[in-house]
Amino acid sequence: MSADDAFAVELKGLTFNRGSRKIFDNVDISFPRGKVTGVMGPSGCGKTTLLRLMAAQLKPEQGEVWVNGQNLPDLSRSALFDMRKQFGVLFQSGALFTDLDVFENVAFPLRVHTNLPDEMIRDIVLMKLQAVGLRGAINLMPDELSGGMKRRVALARAIALDPDILLYDEPFVGQDPIAKGVLVRLIRLLNDALGITSVVVSHDLAETASISDYLYVIGDGQVLGQGKPNDLMNSENPRIRQFMQGIPDGPVPFHFDAPDYRDDLLGDH
Amino acid sequence: MRIRAVEISVGVFLLLGILALLLLALRVSGLTVASSTDTYKLTAHFDNIAGLTTRAKVTMAGVTVGKVVGIDFDTETYTGKVTMEVQRRVNNLPTDTTASILTAGLLGEKYISFSVGGEEEVLVDGDIIYDTQSSLVLEELIGKFLMNTVNQE
Amino acid sequence: MRHQSLLDRIALFGRSGLDVVQAMGRSLIFLWHVLIGRGGAGTGMHLLVKQLYSVGVLSLAIIIVSGLFIGMVLALQGYSILVDFGSEQAVGQMVALTLLRELGPVVTALLFAGRAGSALTAEIGNMKSTEQLSSLEMIGVDPLKYIIAPRLWAGFISMPLLAAIFSVVGIWGGAMVAVDWLGVYDGSYWGNMLNSVDFYDDVLNGVIKSVVFAFVVTWIAVFQGYDCEATSEGISRATTRTVVYASLAVLGLDFILTALMFGDF
Repeated sequence: MSADDAFAVELKGLTFNRGSRKIFDNVDISFPRGKVTGVMGPSGCGKTTLLRLMAAQLKPEQGEVWVNGQNLPDLSRSALFDMRKQFGVLFQSGALFTDLDVFENVAFPLRVHTNLPDEMIRDIVLMKLQAVGLRGAINLMPDELSGGMKRRVALARAIALDPDILLYDEPFVGQDPIAKGVLVRLIRLLNDALGITSVVVSHDLAETASISDYLYVIGDGQVLGQGKPNDLMNSENPRIRQFMQGIPDGPVPFHFDAPDYRDDLLGDH
Repeated sequence: MRIRAVEISVGVFLLLGILALLLLALRVSGLTVASSTDTYKLTAHFDNIAGLTTRAKVTMAGVTVGKVVGIDFDTETYTGKVTMEVQRRVNNLPTDTTASILTAGLLGEKYISFSVGGEEEVLVDGDIIYDTQSSLVLEELIGKFLMNTVNQE
Repeated sequence: MRHQSLLDRIALFGRSGLDVVQAMGRSLIFLWHVLIGRGGAGTGMHLLVKQLYSVGVLSLAIIIVSGLFIGMVLALQGYSILVDFGSEQAVGQMVALTLLRELGPVVTALLFAGRAGSALTAEIGNMKSTEQLSSLEMIGVDPLKYIIAPRLWAGFISMPLLAAIFSVVGIWGGAMVAVDWLGVYDGSYWGNMLNSVDFYDDVLNGVIKSVVFAFVVTWIAVFQGYDCEATSEGISRATTRTVVYASLAVLGLDFILTALMFGDF
C-alpha cells in the first residue's frame, strides 16, 4: 500500500504501548500536505509520543508510518538518516545545544547532513535567522536568550534544511501573549510561504484552533474526533465538547477516585 | 581564542600525566632498562629459605648483581631450590662461591649474598652453587644461644 | 499512615531488587551501544578534547591539593609510628607504597566520582530534560556517540593520569615533610623507596586499579545521567546516586583487586 500524495504523513493502524498502557490502539491519522494540522487532547494522551513516532524516534508495535511515500519502520538505518532531512522538530523548550552559540546551533543540521562550504553555511544560517527575526542574536549563547528567543532560534534550526514537514511540540506553553503572537505568525508564514506541512501538538486551544486548518482530538488511545476547528467546537461528542469548551466536569471527572464522602467523614481513620 | 586555550591545557594535562607515570617508573620504583638476555641462570639449594621471595636481590660485596627468579621445593633432596639470574658481566664466580640468605636491616627483607671461594673454574649458565648458608631463623638462634649457656655451666 | 503488612514490605523490597537488576541490565546495553553498537557519525577528536578538558584538566586542582596533603599526612603519621621502632628511614617506602598501591587509585577515584562524576550526571540529565538528546536524534545524530562516548573515553583516559599525578605529588609532599621538616635523611627516604617499590607489583598494579576504577566510575556517572527521570528532582537524585554507587563500587573493587594482586595465599 503506498501513500496518497495529498497526505504528507499518514499513520495507519498505529498501535503503541508503554508498559501495560495502550497509548494508541489501531489509530488512523492523516496529515494533509501543505496545511497546518493540530493535534490536541488531555494531558498524557500521547501527543508527544505521536510526534516521536512520526519522527521515528520510537517504533510502533503495529501499524505503518508513511512519510512522503516511505514507511518509516521499514527503512534501513542509512535510509532513515536521509529521511531526517525532511523533518524539522521544534521542542517545547527549544532544546538548543547549550555549549554551542546561536550560529552553531542553527548550522548543526547543515553540518550533519551536508558538505557545504563554510561561506554557504553562514549564508543559510543568516537567512534562517532573518526569517525568525533573530539575525542580530547570531553570536549569543543560549543562556543569554529569553525563552521565546530560544524557541525562535530552535525554529530556525528546524528549518535549516528546508524540510517538508515541521513538527511543533507544545509551542505555546508558558509564553507571554507577544511571544505567542510571534510564533503563531511564524508558523502560519512558514506554512503558507514554503508549502510546509505543519503538525502542531498542543493543548492550548485558542492558538491551536486559530491557526489549524484541521484538528485531531485524541485520547484513550483513540481518535476522539477530527475535523475543521469550527466543526469540532460544536461537536456532539461529550468528550470532545468537554475538551473544546473547557468544561470542568464531564467524561474527564472533577473528583479524583475516592471512597464515599459520608463514610470518609463519619468513619474512623 | 577559547578553543586554543582548551586544547593547550588538555595537552599540558596529558603531558603531566605521562610525566608522572615516568617519574613513578624511574625515580620511585627504580625500573631499570636492563634486558633479560644479559643474565645467566644459577641455582642453589638451601635447607631453609624462610622469608626469601622471588625478585629478591642477589648481591656480592653489597652490590646488586642479580635477582631471585624462582623458588621451588626439591622433593629428592628435601631442600629449597632457588633459581637466580645473575648479570652476564659478573662471569668470574668461582665454583666454590657461597650463597647465603641474609636479612637487610632489623625488620628488612631477605636477600642472597655471594662470597668468593678460591677455585680456578668459574660458574656458567645452569650451574649449581653447593656452598649455601640458610636463612637465619630467630627462634633457632635463641635456642642455640640458650643451649650454649646451659652447656657452659 | 497506612499500615503495611509484612508481606507488602517484602514485596516492596523484592520490587526494588528487581528494579536494580533491571537498571543494571539497561546500563550494560547502554554501555554496549556507546562503545561498540551501531556505527554512524563517530565522535570527533574535538569533542574528546573538550571533554578531556572539562573532566580531566578541571579536576587537576582538587587532585593535586588532595595528593599533597595526603602525602604530607602519611609522612607525618608514618614517622610518628616508625620512630618508636627506630625505623623512621622506612617512611619513604611506606608513603610510596601506600600511595601507589591504595590511596592513589582509590582516593583519586572517590574525588573524581564526587567532582567530575556528579558533574557529568547533572550535565547529561539536564540535556535529557531539556530534550537536547531528543533533538539530536531528530536531526539524525546518535546522542550515545555524540554526547556520551566522548565523556566516557575522557573519563577512561583522565583518571589513571590523575591517579599517577596524585601519587607523585603525594610522594614529593611526603618527602617535604619527612626530609625538610622531620629530619629523615634524604638518601634513606628515596633509597629505601627505590629498593622496595617494584614497578610491576606496585606501580603497574596501581595503574591497573585506577584504569578499572576509571571505567566503573565514568560508566556509572554517564549512565545515571542518561537514565534519570527528566525532571530537576530526578537529576538531583541521579547525581546523588552516581556519587554513592561509584564510591561503593570503587571500595568494593579495591578489596577484590587488592586480594587478587597482593594476596598470594
